[in-house]
This record gives sequence, C-alpha cells and structure tokens, in this order.
Amino acid sequence: MQDKNGMNSKNEKKKITEIKGFSSFTSALMAIVIGLLFGFIVMLLANPSNAVAGFRYVLLGGLSRFGDVLYFATPILMTGLSVAFAFKMGLFNIGASGQYTMGMFFALYVAFMFDLPPSIHWIIAILAGMLGGMIWGFIPGIFKSLLNVNEVITSIMTNYIGMYLVDMLIRSNSAMYIPSMTRTQYVPQHVQIRSLGIAGSNVNFGIVFALIIAVLLYIILQKTTFGYELKATGYNKHAAQYAGMNGKRNIILTMVIAGALSGLGGAFAILAPSEIAGSSMTYEPINVIAANGFNGIAVALLGNSHPIGVIFSAIFISYIQRGGTLASLVGYKPEIIDLVIAVIIYFSAFAAIMSSAIRRIFANRRNKEALITEPQIENIEEDVGSEIENLEKNSNKEAE
Amino acid sequence: MENENYIIEMLNITKEFPGIVANDNITLRLKKGEIHALLGENGAGKSTLMSVLFGLYQPEKGEIRKNGEVVKINNPNDANDLGIGMVHQHFRLVEVFTVLENIILGVEPTKNGFLNMDEARKKVVELSERYGLKVDPDALIEDISVGMQQRVEILKMLYRDNEILIFDEPTAVLTPQEIHELLQIMKGLANEGKSILFISHKLNEIMEVADRCTVLRKGKCMGTVDIKDTTKEELSRMMVGREVSLKVDKKESQPGEVVLSIRNMTVPSKIHKNNAVRDVSFDVRRGEIVCIAGIDGNGQTELVQALTGLEKMLTGSINICGKDISKASVRERSIAGISHIPEDRQKYGLVLDYTLEENLVLQRYWQPQFQNKGFIKFDEVRKYALRLIDKFDIRSGQGPVTIVRSMSGGNQQKAIIAREMDKDHELLVAVQPTRGLDVGAIEYIHKMLIEGRDSGKAVLLVSLELDEVLNVSDRILVMYEGEIVGELDPNKTTDEELGLYMSGAKRDDVKEIYNAG
Repeated sequence: MQDKNGMNSKNEKKKITEIKGFSSFTSALMAIVIGLLFGFIVMLLANPSNAVAGFRYVLLGGLSRFGDVLYFATPILMTGLSVAFAFKMGLFNIGASGQYTMGMFFALYVAFMFDLPPSIHWIIAILAGMLGGMIWGFIPGIFKSLLNVNEVITSIMTNYIGMYLVDMLIRSNSAMYIPSMTRTQYVPQHVQIRSLGIAGSNVNFGIVFALIIAVLLYIILQKTTFGYELKATGYNKHAAQYAGMNGKRNIILTMVIAGALSGLGGAFAILAPSEIAGSSMTYEPINVIAANGFNGIAVALLGNSHPIGVIFSAIFISYIQRGGTLASLVGYKPEIIDLVIAVIIYFSAFAAIMSSAIRRIFANRRNKEALITEPQIENIEEDVGSEIENLEKNSNKEAE
Repeated sequence: MENENYIIEMLNITKEFPGIVANDNITLRLKKGEIHALLGENGAGKSTLMSVLFGLYQPEKGEIRKNGEVVKINNPNDANDLGIGMVHQHFRLVEVFTVLENIILGVEPTKNGFLNMDEARKKVVELSERYGLKVDPDALIEDISVGMQQRVEILKMLYRDNEILIFDEPTAVLTPQEIHELLQIMKGLANEGKSILFISHKLNEIMEVADRCTVLRKGKCMGTVDIKDTTKEELSRMMVGREVSLKVDKKESQPGEVVLSIRNMTVPSKIHKNNAVRDVSFDVRRGEIVCIAGIDGNGQTELVQALTGLEKMLTGSINICGKDISKASVRERSIAGISHIPEDRQKYGLVLDYTLEENLVLQRYWQPQFQNKGFIKFDEVRKYALRLIDKFDIRSGQGPVTIVRSMSGGNQQKAIIAREMDKDHELLVAVQPTRGLDVGAIEYIHKMLIEGRDSGKAVLLVSLELDEVLNVSDRILVMYEGEIVGELDPNKTTDEELGLYMSGAKRDDVKEIYNAG
C-alpha cells in the first residue's frame, strides 16, 4: 500500500527523532527518571528529613568520584556485553556469573602459580581469565546446539557449579588461600592491571580495554558476515536455517564469545589495583554467586542489548551505585539503590511500549507540522507487536 | 427507500493508519438473503473493512447500520450480539474435542451449573439436517476431513443464531469436490435467509455463487456490480486496474536431461507416527515444470524439506545433475544448484526485521562478491539490491533500507523470487508461490516460473491451487498420503479427474516407471 511513495524518501536525511536508537535512548531515560522518582519516594518514607540530602548524593555523588565510577563500571560493562551479545543471537546467557567467577579464578591462578616476566604476566593473567570464561560459556553452548537443552537451565547450573568449584579449588590451594582471613592473598603488584594514574581514584586500564571491546563487538555485529548470521538467527532461526547458516556452530561460537566477555570481566575485576578494601585483588570463597553477573543482565536490558548502549548503561548503573553508597552518609542503607535500579530495570522492560509511544508522539507532530508521511510510521504497530513478543519470549525463558 | 432490504450497511467507511488510508470512503451494503462477494487484491483493504465490521478497528468516518439503524460495534462481542459470524481461513477448532464440544465452546448450555449436552445435540443435529451439512456430532475434529471441519465452523455460526455469515477465503484448503459442496451449502444458507459476505479472489467461484460483488482497490471502492451483468474479465480489470490475462501463455515444454532425481525417498512425520513421505521416486528435467498436486498435508511439505535439506530423510537418495546430495547440508545443496521459494515466506523465506537489501543477499552474503575476509561489502550489497529491485519491480517504502516486515505480502514474495531466481541454480523449488497473493502478482509469478523453465532450468512446483496446477505445469504428480498416486498430463486431464486422485479415490502405480528405469 505504501508503494506509491516509492523510493523518493530515501534520500531525505533522517531527523534525529526518527532514528530508532533515539527512541530507545529516550525510553531508557524515561525508565531512569521514573526509577529515580520512585527511589526518592522511598527515601521520603524511610527518613523524610534527610531525603533531599540523600537524594542529592544519589544524583550527584558519583560526579566527585567519577574515576571510581569507571572502576566499578568495568566488570558490569563486560558482563553486560556478554549478556547483550548472546541476546542478539536469541540466547539468554544467564550464566554470566559463573563465567565471571571462572574468569576470576583462572586469572588468579595464573597470577599466583605462574612465574612469568612482570611485563607480560598481567596480560597473560587477563587472557587466562578470558579462557576460563570461554570454557564456562562453551558448556551451555554445546548442550544447546547438540542436544537442544535450554541454555537458561544449563547456565543457571553452571553458575552454581562454577562458584562451588572455584571456592573449593581456592580453599584447597595453600599457595593462594589464607584460612585465617577466609580470602586469598592479594594479587602481586606486577600482575595488577596498570592504573591510569588519576589521583584519588582506582580507575585503571581495565575500562579502556572494556571500551575497546565494546566497540569491537559493535563492529562485529554490524559489519561482518558473522554478525549478519548472528542477528539473522536471533530474529528468525528458521530463515537462518533456510539460508544455510550453520546454526549449531554459531550457537557454540556465540556462547564461547559471551563466556569470554564475562571471563574478561572477572579478570578485569580481580586484577584491578584498588584501595577500596575487598573490592579487588582477592577472592573470598563464601559460597555466593557473583552479583556482577546478574548486574550484567540489568545493564544489557537497560542498554537495549546494543554494545554502545551497554557502555552508557554500565556507567550509569555504576554511577548511581556510587551515589547510593554515599547516601549512607546521611543514614540511608545502600540497598535503596538496588531498589531504584530494580525499578529502572522494571520500567526499561516496558521500553518497547514507551519507545513506540515516543515515536508516535514525534510522528504525529511531524505529520501535523509538514504533512510528511513517512511510510515507516505504519510499522510501529508491528514493531510493538514483535517487541512485545520478544519480551514475552524472554520472560518465558526467565520463567523456565 | 434505500435501506429497506439491507441487513448490514457500511456507509462511507474511512479508516486511516498513520501515513496511509486503508479504507477510503467505502460503502458496502449487504442485502438480506444474498451472497455478496468482496473482491480485492492483497492490501486492498478487505481485512481492514472486515475488522471494522467486527469491531476490531474504529473507523474515522462513516457509520454501520443494521436493518437501517445505526449501530456501534466496539469489539467482537458486539459483532456477535448483532448476529455477525465468521469462518476464518484457518479454522479455530480444538483438535481433541468432538464436533459437538467445539460447536458449543463458549456458549455451553447448562442446567444447574452442569453441562446440558442433550439440548445442544438436538439443536446441532437439527441445524445439520436443515442445511445439509452432514456432520457427525460425536466425531473428533482430528479424525475428520478439512471440508468437514469447515462445515463445523459453519455450524458454529448457525448454532449462535448468526444471520450474517462472513466466509474468509473459504475454498483455499478444499478439493474441487469439496469446493462444489461448499458452494452448494452457501447457496442453501442464502435461500434460508442468511446473508453471506464471501471474501475471495477466485473469480470462478464468485461467478458461480455470488449475487453481487463489491470490488476494492488500494483502499478505494471500485463499485458494486450484479454478477449476472458482468464477466470475469471485467471483475479482474476492476480489481487490478488494468487488463490481466487469466490464461497463462506458454510454449510447449522442451524437456532436456534430468536435473533432479529422487529415488525411494521416505521422510518421517513430525505430527504422526507414520511416515509423511513414503518411498517416493521421480525425476525433473531441464526445461519442464513438474507440479506436485495434492491436498494440503499429504506430505508435500516434508518432501520439499527433505529435498532442500531442512529435514533428514529416513531412506532414499537425491541427485542434482548427477551429484548425490542425499547427505549434504542446506548450504551445500544451495551451491549444488537448488533455489527454494519456501512455503511459508515469513517463517523461512525472510528475516522480517532485516532490511530489504539484507534479505536480498540472504543466500549469497558469504560469497566473495559480498564479503571480504568476513566483512560485508555494504556498497556491493546496495548495488546488487538496487539492481534486483529494479529488475523484479519490488516496491517498498524506502527502497533497499525498508524493513521487510513493513512490505506488502506480494512484494515480500517478489523479494524472495528475485533472490532465488537471480542466484545460480539448476532447479527451482517453488512451494505455493502464489499463496495469498492477488491476481496481478500471481500473473507475474507464473510468468517468472515459465521464464525460468524456458531459460533451461528445471522447476518443481508444489501447489494446492487447481488452476495453477493445470495452467502452469507441464507434468503433474499427485501426492496422496505420502505417496505419488498419479502422473498426469495437464492437457489431457480435468478438474474432476485430478480431484479423484487428490482424494485417494483413484490411483496408478507410478513407482514402477522409475524403479525399473
């Protein structure tokens, strides 16, 4: 029906408001605003007199410690990329935590047990972390591709297996573990990732690597045949099969890459030099699944599974967590920030609906202004339909 | 004066979607006791108009009247209350329920909170006899034929005392005999005072059964005509807006050497325990169109999936130009020379969320022409897409960067055809390539198939449409319950004979020819 418009509109430059990325950005922004408002209300209820001061810390606290914001953003940026990348293929990598833990362990093992020249020791340790994650991503990948076992189930299990296995191996390793302190020794300085040297913060080269990796992923997804196959499979696996794409190989490859990203996250986290006690350089085997893996899911969701979007959402979540920690100065529990983040994620799950609403508003305005009829607008309904379908698919997967 | 006979009037209906007018000032008047055909190409606005009548959309302008009074239809329940019922193209029946249970579903008669089946049974039997529907109320849906299932759908409407019956492309799934029966039933219903809206693009059936016909084109109403005063040619001209040849022009085929040779193929079924394809053998030669005819669900889908590599065979062998591809992957088969226009274009043929240009290279993105060391050459892709769009006249909102989901069904199909025909191939496998398309698009696709044949390709066409089977093919193989039960010459056979083979009433032993040779 839109045929008569022909191709005359293809040369027109797109306005920013017409770009899909813009509306997913604004909808994420809306989710954030709603989440923050909700957090403010909770603060008001918890302790009215300090609410304004506390909220100011949440909003602005991160600014004064932006180096630390980046320091804490590094691991969740990596796990976020891991989840987002698998998601593009239609796989839900809930196993980021296990892969992250394996990454930490492999990096630690190389750091303590190998004797390498100081100039390359830290790099080898990082690569070892990547290898650990790859192995832990490979397992659900091979189960999915050869036996069609749902990756959500296997990767939940690998989370536990990974965590207990690592705890066991660390406790039984007398070279690393200090029983009296229930943690490992600190990573020797020459294996630590080099600091960026910004005074008063813990920011290090980890964030630089993470940003480069995010850009690389963007290029892989957008410019390569592998990315083309990956996205095609994620959108429509029947068509991918019909086109002769090797689905089994791609599933394994995607999970291995996702695992590598999480593993790198673990290595970046554990090898980072830090003055914040317990946040790095040592592993505590306390039978808890690494939270940074699950934070990666939140980061990927808020970033719309887009590598560049994930950069911003990781930094944002880290930023607001810093603010939350500072809010404890006026008597608030840092858990308030977890609450706010939960609400933000909750609303960004509605992003599909909000995003189409935003586009509709702009579309209507444009139509009224200049009577430009853009044929793409009529896709909105279908877009929403398919996006909601995707969401349902995902939530079903989660339910499984 | 004008509304005395009309049971439903849709007056000056205008329904807009952002950027497009789906229904532009359309008026449709349905007389009591008539069969009124609604004819139009895909995307002409038929579905939108019916959705308005069903309360799924609210029109911007216009009103709906029943028996002369303005009514407001806000949702399908309102439509049901007004006595409007619909037989959908895809039946909405519970397979494991009996006919009776399906009919009363949603309006179960109860007595003190318990089901009262006796009363329902009495009414169903009575209705079934009155309209000659011949339905056994205790049969399970999964055990009865498609034609019978459709009659159950009709009974559902009658049971709900609907007076206005909408049939949405009802003959698409039926054999010629069943189509004939259905048309008789429709006439009977009309004689009993029911009013029927008959959505169809099959001109023969409209000519046979309808009293009047309203034609839509591109959202506009082209007028309502009395069937007795019109011809098929005039109707198709109104629908398409230009002269359309209803006959397929083609020369005699000049079959060359064998391209595809299938021997003893057996394919297991996913749905039932029996094999879907049983010991099938046949050849397709260069320069001929071989058509596999049959009623839906007799193993055609599985045959094609096994041929193209989407499913595994149990036994048998496949040769393309003398090369054994029985165990080859989809990609290897594609390289060996199979092009495949799949049955379900949205499920298999396209990545709907990809752009048109990305879809046009779906089979070729890995070739050196389009990639270098794993990086896609986007300018080459663009150039190639523009060439195909121009050559095959694929229309879309924004050219190569249009998201395919937003394109019309006909143009989606054109994109697939462009991709598959332009790819190097020896054998073109086309499965229901014209399904759901309008006359203009069908004409185009038939032309392309014949062009492919004349350029020396082998064409294997799978079709459920008798007209297509008889007009396009050079040789017909009829499939029934997984076996090839007849090989016919389209010039020497008739609708009736084909129908007998398709329904299993008649069969020849075809296998011997190939097994001996």
